[in-house]
Amino acid sequence: MVKAVINGLKVEVPEKTTILDAARKAQIKIPTLCKHPDSYLHASAACGICLVRVKGSKKMLRACCTPLEEGMDIITHDPEIVAIRRTVVELFLSNHPNECLTCGRNNNCELQSLVADFGIREEFYEKIVKDIPKDDSTGNIVLEPRKCINCARCVDVCQNVQDVWALTFLHRGFNTRMAPAGDISLADSPCVRCGQCAAHCPTGAIFEKDDTVLAWKALRDPEQYCVVQIAPAVRVALGEAFGFPLGANVTKKIYTALRRMGFKAIFDTNFSADVTIMEEASEFVERFAHKKGPLPLITTCCPSWVDFMEKFHHDMIPHFSSAKSPHEMMGVLVKTYYAEKNKLDPAKLKVISVMPCTAKKFEISRSHDMSASGFQDVDVVLTTRELARMIKQAGIDFSNLPEEDSDHILGDYSGAGTIFGATGGVMEAALRTAYSFVTGKKLPKVEFENVRGLKGVKETSIKIEGAEVKIAVAHGLANVEYVLDQVRKAQKEGKPLPYHFIEVMACPGGCVGGGGQPYGVTDELRTARAKGLYSDDEAQTVRCSHENPYVQQLYKEFLGKPLSEKAHHLLHTKYQPLPIYRR
Amino acid sequence: MDKAVIEQEVREIADSWKGKEGNLIMVLHQIQNRYGYVPREVSLVLSEILDVPLARIYEVITFYHFFRLTPPGKHTISVCMGTACYLKGGAEILGELEHLLCVKPGETTKDGQFHLEVVRCLGCCGLAPVVKIGEKVYGGVKKKDVGDIITQYSEDSEAKTAA
Ligand code: SF4
Ligand code: SF4
Ligand code: SF4
Ligand code: FES
Ligand code: FES
Repeated sequence: MVKAVINGLKVEVPEKTTILDAARKAQIKIPTLCKHPDSYLHASAACGICLVRVKGSKKMLRACCTPLEEGMDIITHDPEIVAIRRTVVELFLSNHPNECLTCGRNNNCELQSLVADFGIREEFYEKIVKDIPKDDSTGNIVLEPRKCINCARCVDVCQNVQDVWALTFLHRGFNTRMAPAGDISLADSPCVRCGQCAAHCPTGAIFEKDDTVLAWKALRDPEQYCVVQIAPAVRVALGEAFGFPLGANVTKKIYTALRRMGFKAIFDTNFSADVTIMEEASEFVERFAHKKGPLPLITTCCPSWVDFMEKFHHDMIPHFSSAKSPHEMMGVLVKTYYAEKNKLDPAKLKVISVMPCTAKKFEISRSHDMSASGFQDVDVVLTTRELARMIKQAGIDFSNLPEEDSDHILGDYSGAGTIFGATGGVMEAALRTAYSFVTGKKLPKVEFENVRGLKGVKETSIKIEGAEVKIAVAHGLANVEYVLDQVRKAQKEGKPLPYHFIEVMACPGGCVGGGGQPYGVTDELRTARAKGLYSDDEAQTVRCSHENPYVQQLYKEFLGKPLSEKAHHLLHTKYQPLPIYRR
Repeated sequence: MDKAVIEQEVREIADSWKGKEGNLIMVLHQIQNRYGYVPREVSLVLSEILDVPLARIYEVITFYHFFRLTPPGKHTISVCMGTACYLKGGAEILGELEHLLCVKPGETTKDGQFHLEVVRCLGCCGLAPVVKIGEKVYGGVKKKDVGDIITQYSEDSEAKTAA
């Protein structure tokens, strides 16, 4: 432990704690701009707004990246420090367009908040805004480099957390600018659309493409029959936008809000997650118990991971589960099963999805298989952030809404479906069902604690009828290489497989930490959201996908058996190698 | 350029620097010597061979003014921005050149005829403001002369291509 003094207050913190974090513990807020509180990101020390003083000296330190040392006496606020910080903000402002009113981050921008907090009313510096065009080539992640303050968060997350290297800094000094790799368009770069850059950017320089207008248009069109689904991770994050505590589960309020917004049917991606498990667990059992197909089997619910694999690891294609993501499965089931059952014309059905994810916007047109119903299976994807905006636009007092239920049967889920939103959740859900498929028995205990939590790679094994199933769970794409290399090594040396079943989610923490979730993600937040999902699981009477009576009904009435021909046609897909750079 | 040829050439260059500290810069240096600039196709091949992301290669190329992403122009126009030249209107001359050639410093005109760059003191401050085209030095340049000087080179080249 380190003992020191900050603003006259005694503090005691573990070694290597930064002055910034130590001050926070003493209820002192030092402003930051380039530093994000997320521990995945490194401090770039680029902005200088966090300067503090060593008492009685002229020496200034950057609080975000300087560890507190034994016996230090730190002053965080005095007139000179505040004046310097003010100047820093003013200088940033002098290179920033004043377009807050129409910016994707209006009311939610770290630079804007600082300008407001410092009460800046006039601009004294000559304004020079770089003239760099907007890049909306991907149709889901929009780059607006004019609003970039060069904090380096996006580059850090894209290169070091996701290992994609789609973003970089070009040139130097005043001319430094954030740009896609090799100065091409983002769509031609290796970008996998995970949106982690957008989730961490302090300003409106990177944001999700806004599709709320499309959603409203569909909702207001009397010709269209609009159906909605919400993903697992949305329910434990949306509340943050309305002042609920971190991780609060607001599922039933979301159902109510969606109904009031005009959706004709409210479905839940948790239901189709159960269906995904039926298919994926069957696939695993085929390969593991009946030796049909290569092991390890790798999960494919995450479109960023799929894209990443197709670009960087296509030797693994045979290992990929052919099961589509729950999101896409719901889309196709609505336009086939639900349409038939309710005598609706699928051409007039609009499926709108609320996802924690920017990559889901891209998934809906990934390949022809995403139109298995004969129409594009999902029409519009909204992120959690976009849904929050729509609820506000609709004048719905979300916090005080009554709770309603989802619609039958595509809205009825098991506990296994809901934990899909946390890293390890897909694996846990699949194991619950695979165990029963192989043994024909009920699991004595459905929880698999070893696959939960935020460790980058989780390795464990379970016994099914005496056979050991070896498992790896990775999240954050930079963690994937280690896992895949273990597999490749064993294959090359003819050694026993290190794993039989692998789960990968692109975003750290899984979808709870998705690129479309409310801003300010940290491990504390990821944990709280995941906890919300695990409590939702515990609260369900049915905890395993195959025990969900409505999933059983769906198979009985429509799909036949898992992996049936119909299931294959509607619920499965193929993969292909893609070039890393399209140009 | 043929990909196989590039691959072989780049591999040779890369091999000679294998395992050495700071090899990316040295490899790029040699590539520029070989091609006169760092063509995009070459960067892509290099990225594969060295297993270095294209992002990193472009970080290096754009960080050092030495590297070029476009073929060098036939004539390099160096505008002096040393103190003396600057005080005597170097910036104005540069502005005129940018305007006439439609390029910024560091860029090459679309027709590949001119490459514009800014230099610090050419060592003949007495002649300020100074512009150098190829090896020829023009002193006491006035804004209104700039057009004529360039035309001389364009006509020059046109005459040559015609012949
Ligand atoms: S969306 Fe993901 S992969 Fe694409 S630039 Fe952002 S961080 Fe990189
Ligand atoms: S785009 Fe955003 S996150 Fe990236 S460097 Fe600029 S301000 Fe920072
Ligand atoms: S982990 Fe979830 S939120 Fe992140 S890209 Fe994958 S599916 Fe989307
Ligand atoms: S927050 Fe510390 S330097 Fe930017
Ligand atoms: S300043 Fe231009 S030649 Fe010296």
